[in-house]
Amino acid sequence: MDSINRQDGKRILDVTDLRTRFHIAEGTVYAVNGVSFHLNRGETIGVVGESGCGKSVTMMSIMRLIPSPPGEIATGQAYFEERDLLQLSDSEMQDLRGKDIAMVFQDPMTAFNPVLTIGRQLTEPLRVHLGLNKDECRHRAIELLEQVGIPDPSHRLGDYPHQFSGGMRQRAMIAMALACSPSILIADEPTTALDVTIQAQIVELVLGIRADLNMSVIWITHDLGVVAEIAERVLVMYSGFIVEEAPVDDLYEDPRHPYTQALLAALPRVDRRRDRHLQSIPGAPPNLLVAPLGCPFTPRCKFAFDHCRKEMPPIINVATNHTAACWWDVTTGKPR
Amino acid sequence: MADADSRSLPGNSSLVVVDDLKKHFPIHQGLIIEREVGSVKAVDGISFSIQQGETLGLVGESGCGKTTAGRTILGLYPLTAGDVTISGISLTNATKSEMRLLRRKAQMIFQDPYASLNPRWTVSAIIGEPIRVHNLLPNDKSRDERVHDLMLRVGLSPRLINRFPHEFSGGQRQRIGVARALASNPEFIVCDEPISALDVSIQAQVVNLLEELQDEFNLTYLFIAHDLSMVRHICDRVAVMYLGIIVELGEREDLYENPFHPYTQALLSAVPIPDPKRDRERQRIILKGEIPSPINPPGGCRFHPRCPVAMDICTTVVPIYHERAPGHWVACHLYPGSTPGRENSSAVA
Repeated sequence: MDSINRQDGKRILDVTDLRTRFHIAEGTVYAVNGVSFHLNRGETIGVVGESGCGKSVTMMSIMRLIPSPPGEIATGQAYFEERDLLQLSDSEMQDLRGKDIAMVFQDPMTAFNPVLTIGRQLTEPLRVHLGLNKDECRHRAIELLEQVGIPDPSHRLGDYPHQFSGGMRQRAMIAMALACSPSILIADEPTTALDVTIQAQIVELVLGIRADLNMSVIWITHDLGVVAEIAERVLVMYSGFIVEEAPVDDLYEDPRHPYTQALLAALPRVDRRRDRHLQSIPGAPPNLLVAPLGCPFTPRCKFAFDHCRKEMPPIINVATNHTAACWWDVTTGKPR
Repeated sequence: MADADSRSLPGNSSLVVVDDLKKHFPIHQGLIIEREVGSVKAVDGISFSIQQGETLGLVGESGCGKTTAGRTILGLYPLTAGDVTISGISLTNATKSEMRLLRRKAQMIFQDPYASLNPRWTVSAIIGEPIRVHNLLPNDKSRDERVHDLMLRVGLSPRLINRFPHEFSGGQRQRIGVARALASNPEFIVCDEPISALDVSIQAQVVNLLEELQDEFNLTYLFIAHDLSMVRHICDRVAVMYLGIIVELGEREDLYENPFHPYTQALLSAVPIPDPKRDRERQRIILKGEIPSPINPPGGCRFHPRCPVAMDICTTVVPIYHERAPGHWVACHLYPGSTPGRENSSAVA
């Protein structure tokens, strides 16, 4: 069925059973444990989860940015158009990275090279992928900075990253990602280091550009608020698994996985008077050094029963376009 | 505590009074002969008071001076001008022994649970330090018992008493930080972004703990944060800072339901709501530009370069911080009380 969907061209990215591990001195870190998802053309998906849930590692695996050793992509396929990214040679991947699929990182300070000017870094993809000459590069770079709303772009090209503020650096990073008009933009917590007012500017910018360029976007975040704003479909990750997936409205209105429910209940809201107490989730995320057995949320889950400890629940259709991986049916209050 | 109460003004139950507090950091230039060429006006005249048992939120963007304000209030930075009085003791003219008492009564919980605990000290040494420094308990045994009780109270297993910070998760480390702050039986705690480094599922745990402890020990909090949703949850009153000054202060519900200052309005509208339908309905104000440098803050109203409703007067005249509604203060020329010569019945501070 997957191949049929791929052929009709609706899916631009199709990932199946991705497993990524890191072999370190203390043992094996099970970072991603069989993740499958797809991205449609022109669609924006949000990937939500706490630190260590594997959301970044999943994307880095697809981009083939996992250092090996210690990293290892044990299984999986990631079809971009007709090609499996995980099978491409390094040079084929290099051709594609930044050109067809671009990435924006969380920390715009460390993602830029501090000793090269913004202009030099911004034109790199133009030179490497598009083979533009010096003048064309400069012209296009100015255009890009204008597009992301940096004032006086022709002057700012000669600046170094430290001369840009956090918000401007993130804009420049987005400009760099857009340089070759990629078909997929992967944004890894692009607003986490920024203030809310600047975050609102960046979200608006990406939403605008997405519409202009008809890009598909994967937005990784831990912030359920930002996802509500930007995504059409949301994947919730926990401990290297996708535990729930649904269209954005359904996920917030009718969360079916106990983790998603607990996460939403733990959030105070700026638009609501306070209720008595926040519903906290007991315990802490699991140790990834232990090979997963059963559902990883079991120790923190209020619905957990014996079976949860023994076997990881399969991903089940719980409603239209809405899947969850849980042995407990929260709507009926009974095990499945 | 009895002496503190007798010292504060009659009829005034404010535990903390901040009066026109300023903190400027000088900028030096020159290699051999250092000259002062300017200063970073991190905190440039803020005033408020906090009642016993109350939580005051201090919010604003990074660089607005909220952390500097918190640290200066505790005397961690020497203040440039103004005064702070905590439980009757004034920072500017406290004697050495009063200062010592103040350092016991006022504590701090830091933002980064990874950087604020000495990695070479055991939990027992970390939590026991305030007890040791202030000679609160006679011997090691009684101190260990107290540390044991504190660990239980903040939800850490006392079996871990001889462990080192790296053996704990972020949430547990923040609990150690909370236990350390509690060790000297403080009355006032400055919580400087205590949850922003924690995962969402852990944030609620720490916030609930802080609230329980407040009820149990009648603690007074200054809660510094940029997460406006959490501030609405935990604070009784909220002060909004912009570039070293307070632009608005009010009771929680007044401020969130009916914000006066355009900056507060923009700030609130920028906070994402975890509810896609609500989110699409609401009107958003997207501010242009970023917070300017506190070395040369803009003249007139400091917010005017980014303000969506700025008028001519805003570029030249500093708006007066006044009480526009009972308990709800604002500094903005949209309201006559802020413009010199136009103040009608509004009280002017």
